[in-house]
Amino acid sequence: MSLVYCGVCSHAPGITSRSDMADPALRDPFYAALENQRQEIMATRPDALMIVAAEHFANFFMNNMPAYAIGMGESYTGPIEDPDWLKVPLRTAKGNPDLGRRLVAEMLETVDVAYAEEWQFDHGISVPLHFLDPNNELTIIPVNINCQGPPLTPLHRAWTFGEAIRRAADSVPERIALVCTGGISHWPATPDSGKINEAWDREFITRWEANDRAAMLSYTDAETYRDAGQGGFEIRTFITAAAAGGGKGDVQFFAPIPIFAVGCTVGRMEIV
Amino acid sequence: MSLYQLSKVLYVLNRDDAAKRLWHTEPASLLDGYDLTDEERAALLEHDIGMLYVLGVNGQILMHFAALCGIAWADYIRLMREGVEKYGPVRAGLYAMTTQFNEKVAGV
Repeated sequence: MSLVYCGVCSHAPGITSRSDMADPALRDPFYAALENQRQEIMATRPDALMIVAAEHFANFFMNNMPAYAIGMGESYTGPIEDPDWLKVPLRTAKGNPDLGRRLVAEMLETVDVAYAEEWQFDHGISVPLHFLDPNNELTIIPVNINCQGPPLTPLHRAWTFGEAIRRAADSVPERIALVCTGGISHWPATPDSGKINEAWDREFITRWEANDRAAMLSYTDAETYRDAGQGGFEIRTFITAAAAGGGKGDVQFFAPIPIFAVGCTVGRMEIV
Repeated sequence: MSLYQLSKVLYVLNRDDAAKRLWHTEPASLLDGYDLTDEERAALLEHDIGMLYVLGVNGQILMHFAALCGIAWADYIRLMREGVEKYGPVRAGLYAMTTQFNEKVAGV
């Protein structure tokens, strides 16, 4: 039928694995914002949730790295991490190969997207689902943008990818919700873990809320790496959401939470 | 240096339960399937997180390897810092350290 929800959220593994180390005064409002996002998604009665992540070598590696990939599996398991370490229980999520196939076919008109009938979710998808689909009720279409192994897809292609998702979602009879996950600035899994460039994040959020395409696409990867860390490459997922929704953004929660290693973010993009 | 091969070991360990079982029982035989330098091989077998970090292993799969080795988060951060102190700056990849040795960004 159409895209019925479009939003963004953070996916850092610390959000669940280091929950007990965080200041509750910061943590609990963030969790509440994710719960609000869950309610907003469920209110749209989605037939499927497309979740765009920037995965971390769980499925895609430098032996055969797609810039973009979409799942067409019957089901998916995750997290690939030790569930006791991530503090997210193992689940088998429902897929929909037929829907995935139709979405991929439409997107191929403008983007050379890879498809995968096998996919193990890592924290990039498992952490958001832990909050947004705690009872494992939704049908999931996993999506990936390579933000780990350079060369990376250019930002303007991430925009084109978002446009392709929108066109594909609008072309099927199902109601599609879209959540794009990633960090803004962060230096995850390094000794710098917890470093957050709040000023850079707030500037990016301003551009994202305005859905200022030119301003969002103006970052070079060298600038992003310098100012926002290697985790900053995940702005591709936010840009994809902006292109898919097409309206104005509303960041409902943003706060740097260093022990979670990212400026924790929840937002929605108006669908126009 | 064969950073790709070294990273591939950790990628496989991250997603393959049979490889994890072999790692726990016969780690050296798991590594026989990869073209590693002596330095890389020793770093894996000795769980030398600091050396693996300095060699340029992507932090995401290194983080999971540390968890597989039973290393707690605060120790993982500390071992990377000590690795840079002992072996010098990160030699390859995107996960270089930009903070100071005594700078605990997130309190750990």
